[in-house]
Formats: sequence, structure tokens, C-alpha cells
Amino acid sequence: MAQDTLLRINDLKLYFRTASGVVQAVDDVHFELAHDEAVVVIGESGCGKSSLAKAVLRLLPRNVHTYSGQVFLNGTDVMKLSDEAFRRQVRWVNMSLVPQAAMNALNPVMRVGDQVAEPMMVHYDVNRERALEQARRMFEHVGVPLDFMQRYAFELSGGMRQRVAIAMSLVTAPALIILDEPTSALDVLTQANIMNMLKRIKQEMETSFILITHDIATSSELADKVAVMYAGQIVEVGDAARFFTEPLHPYSRKLMASVPRLRGDAEPEFITGQPPSLVGLPPGCRFASRCPARFDRCDENPPVVADDGREVRCWLYDHGDLSTPIQNETEMEQVQTE
Amino acid sequence: MMQANTLTIEDTTETQNGTVLSVQDLRVWFELRRWGFGHAGSVRAVDGVSFDLGYGEAVAVVGESGCGKSTLMKAILGLHLPTEGDIVFEDTAISTLGSRRMQWYRSHVGYVQQDPFGALPPFFTVGRILEEPLIINGIKSSTERQERIRRALTEVKLTPVEEVTVKFPHMLSGGQQQRVVIARAMILQPKMIVADEPVSMLDASIRVEILKLMRALQLSHNLAVIYITHDLSTVRYFAERIFVMYAGQVVEKALVDDLLANPSHPYTHALLAATSDPDAANAETFREVPPGEPPSLVHPPTGCRFHPRCSHAISGLCDTQEPPEFDIETAHLSKCWLHR
Repeated sequence: MAQDTLLRINDLKLYFRTASGVVQAVDDVHFELAHDEAVVVIGESGCGKSSLAKAVLRLLPRNVHTYSGQVFLNGTDVMKLSDEAFRRQVRWVNMSLVPQAAMNALNPVMRVGDQVAEPMMVHYDVNRERALEQARRMFEHVGVPLDFMQRYAFELSGGMRQRVAIAMSLVTAPALIILDEPTSALDVLTQANIMNMLKRIKQEMETSFILITHDIATSSELADKVAVMYAGQIVEVGDAARFFTEPLHPYSRKLMASVPRLRGDAEPEFITGQPPSLVGLPPGCRFASRCPARFDRCDENPPVVADDGREVRCWLYDHGDLSTPIQNETEMEQVQTE
Repeated sequence: MMQANTLTIEDTTETQNGTVLSVQDLRVWFELRRWGFGHAGSVRAVDGVSFDLGYGEAVAVVGESGCGKSTLMKAILGLHLPTEGDIVFEDTAISTLGSRRMQWYRSHVGYVQQDPFGALPPFFTVGRILEEPLIINGIKSSTERQERIRRALTEVKLTPVEEVTVKFPHMLSGGQQQRVVIARAMILQPKMIVADEPVSMLDASIRVEILKLMRALQLSHNLAVIYITHDLSTVRYFAERIFVMYAGQVVEKALVDDLLANPSHPYTHALLAATSDPDAANAETFREVPPGEPPSLVHPPTGCRFHPRCSHAISGLCDTQEPPEFDIETAHLSKCWLHR
């Protein structure tokens, strides 16, 4: 299993300097991703999901305050590489990104075929013909007709543009693709089409995915593993099968209960309150103020409890057994006195 | 609980309340110009839509982008003139209204925008934003205006009122901004509200909260609501009836529960099949999606507009003749030849 790990992130931190103070956008994040696996990062807006993508790919703005931790890619810590080495050896070659609203960021004065071919020419130093040939294969993978390669971005529909953006991230055949909200601006049928396509690519090319989204229902289409992010931290990681049936962290439960469903009778609930500001966070659990299961211990930073392939950052599981949370008062008192 | 609400509303609307808005064979076409003046065809954004909306009834209009649902909404708000057909509000055709009477009409129709931050003027305080429509509509007494602002904010649960009224939109969260937009739409005590994707810009955890708030206001004020959305999964928590739009036409009209349990139009089937619920088993299978994309509204397909993508298309019929609306059961209409 160990050599199968593609990406391992340890204690990743990304803080920004702003006028109102230091924003802890990504705080002590760690998770693992195997080859040919898709992890979905879900969370509300402002919880640091996009910053996590940027931190992994080292695409940093200028107001970075802290950027630390370890990112192991196939066993080597890429955080130790210089910026130039990172650009040459990691970006596109091993990891690529489909940024949020990528479909609207295609170059308007360049044919989409040339645009998809460009990373090949930059990173693998091949000539235009070879690059275009590779681009053609990618267009087939993502299901865009080949004659569209001659078109400009404005001549394509939203769904087609999104496919082109994904083709661009695939063209160098990286082992890992990070997709930031790939379907949120698209219609239901187009969304389903794109998710079908990603599933097919995963089967055919054995690519790993990190899918960042707030759309929990759609995320289940691709997920092997789910990571829930709240206020800059990952509060729960686990396999999709168990997560979608029985989430562990109180926030994950509330989040799952808030999803409106087309089938079934469950009435959706909402989470009262708002996520905390990421500036000047007090110690303790960041969800405590909205948590129905809050108790005294929650004023201290919760531990990360790992058991049977799942991880939760919550005091309720401090006894180390993820199958049952602490339920009654006496158990809570026990935890407090320990 | 939702079930009970649904039933009582239907009963009241159909038996005693009558029709607040009647849309009659509405067509809104936009002319395309060549070189600025030559005629180059028309975009048939809304092409033959008819329905009646009862007092206190909530209707959801569902469709993909470009199907004409926003144009329909803007025509109802009086922002686009109908090319053909009429929109009748309480026995008055709104296309005939002059500007004074249009103001009267608009005071009866509230509008909840999609993007709350874009919809609120950034340099106005919440108090000023809510006072503006009252001033425009001639409420001279300042104490009455303040009283109505207080009531509206309390109704959308933005309290304490004194703290909220002095804030600017950027000081509020997305959910609170949307509450201000709803309060603004409600402040003139309208008879009807048009809500254009009111929750699509909000986080999942507060979407349901806002929908439930709108639902509660709708029931307590006996408001008619047109809820425009592309998200089928939220519809059944909000509306009694649902219209599915495709390429400028309404292809299926039904009660929400009927439509979800027993969809009839192939396009509705496709929409339902493409909507996922969170379930790990989804990752194992591919979703069924009809091939192709929605047609151009300049040259829509002849016959049924969905026939080029439809797996049940009957050649010689679906591709030549436009289907009428067939009755499937009570209050369930489908514009599809399969039900002839």
C-alpha cells in the first residue's frame, strides 16, 4: 500500500497577510491519495478549498504569510524543490489544475486546439505537430469533435469549453489532476456529461483526481474518498461508501443533512450560524459554536482520531473508536477528567 | 408537513381564490440585426407559453440555461414586451400599461434576484435600501416607513433590526444579503413574487434555510410565487406545481409530486436521470444523458423541439408536427406525441 501512495500531504499550512490580520486559509491539512483514486474535498465557500489546491500546486499570491508543510509526490517532498524545479518537474508533468471557471479563462484569440497542445510544447519540448497529435487524442478522450480544434473559445458552448479546459490539463498525462469546481457553472445535463467523462478518463487513463466542490450530490459521482473541510482544516477523511451512508464529524452530518434530495423523504435541515472568520481564530474546535454535540472539552483543539482508514478531528471520538461517538454525559465527563 | 401544505394550497387556489396572473400564448422574440439594421432572423426565447397562476400558489419553472426561463420572468416583470400573446395580471394586460400604471403593477410584484450582492446597491445602508421602494410608492410618513421596515426585517428574521438597518450590504453574509433582497421584495406587500434562482449563489448549508423562509412567507402572506431554477432537487421543498421548459416552450406541467413520481416527457426523464443524490454507488455507474445540446432558438427544430435528442422520437411525426399539450391525468400536461 505504501508504494501505491501518489500524494501525501503533511501539516500543510497556507496563511495570507491581509489588512485585518493573518488569514489561516489552510491549516494543518494532511491526507493521502493513492494512484488511480479520486478524493473529493467538500466544504462551504470560504473554508479554504481553493487555497488548498493552490497550496498543493504552489500557485501562491504575493501576500503569503506562512507556507509550510510537506507534500510528498511519489515519495519525494516537492516542497523542497526550488520554484523553477517545481515548475519543470511537477506542474503539468505530474500534477495539473483545472482552475475554477477555467472554461471562461481560455485564451480568446487562440484556437482551442493550439491551446490544448501548448503545455506539451512547453513541458516536453516537442514540436507543434507532435503536440497537436497528442491534443487530438485528448479531444477524443473528453468527447469534443476533432473539427472543434480549429475553433475559438467563443464558438463553443459552456460544456464544450469545460471539456477543452479538462483536455488541456490532461494533455501532458499527469498522474494527478486537481479540479476546482469543474461543474458548478453548468447545467444539470452538462454536469452529468462531464462527470461521466471524468469517470471514463479515470478508467482509461488511470488518473487520480482531487475534486474540489461544494456540490455534495454531484461529488458522489466520482468520489472514492471524501475529505470535509471546515474553516481551513480537514475535519473528516474517509472512504466514500462509509462517508455517504454514515458521516462521523458533527459538521459532516449536518452538511449531509442539508443536501436537498430528489428521492426519498428526508426533509433537509440547515446549519444555524456562520463559519468563523479565518482571521484570529480562537483555540478549540472551529465548529464548536454551531455544533449540536458541543461540550466543555471543545474549547481545546480537538485531536485527529484515526481508526480503520477513517480520520476525524473531533473530541467525540477521543476514546479512539470511530464506530460510536461519546453519547451520554458520564462519558463526556470521563473524557474531560482524563 | 410539506404534504399537508401542498394539499391545502391547491384546494384554496382552485376553489375560491381565482387567478392572479394569466400568461396567454406568450412569445418573446428578439430580432437579430445584420450590420445594425438588416433583419437576420429572430431569437425565439419564449415561444408559445401559456399558464395560469392562482393566488397563493407557488410554481417552479425548471430548465437549462438558454431555455428561455429568464426571458419569461423578465416578460412577467414587464421588462420585455411580448412579441405576441399577453400577460394578464388581475384582468389587466400588462403590455398595455402606461408608465404610471406600470409602477402600480410593479408595486404588486416582488423580484428576488439571483445574486444578492449584485442586487443590493453597495453605498446604501439596509435601512435605505428598504426605504427606497416605500418613498417611490408615496408613503410620506417616516414613522410608517420605519415601522414597515421593522416588520419586513423581522419577517425575514434579520434581528435586531436597529443593528441591521445601519449596515451596508458588504457587512452581511451571503444568506443575510439574500434575506435583505427578500425583505425588499416583500416590503410593498406584493401579491406575487418572482424569484430567479434565489439560492443558487448560496452555500448548500443555508440554501434550505432561505427556501424554508420563502416558503413560510409565501404561506403566511398568501403570495403567488414563480420560482425559477435549474435545480430539480430543491423544487419539491418549495412549489406545488412545476413547469419544465425546453427551447422556449413549456414541455410538461404537473404537480411536483406527480412529476417526480411519474414524469412523462422524455426531456423531464432526462433531467431527473441526470440529477444525483449523494450516494457512493453513483461512482460505479454512468448517468444516462441524451446526446447533443439544446437547439439554436433562431432556427429551432421543426416538430417537437426535443426530437433530435429524443430516443423515443417517431419519424414522420415528431420531426414534422409540433405536439400539442396532451392531458395525462388531472393537472398533468405533456407536450409529447407519445401521449396522444
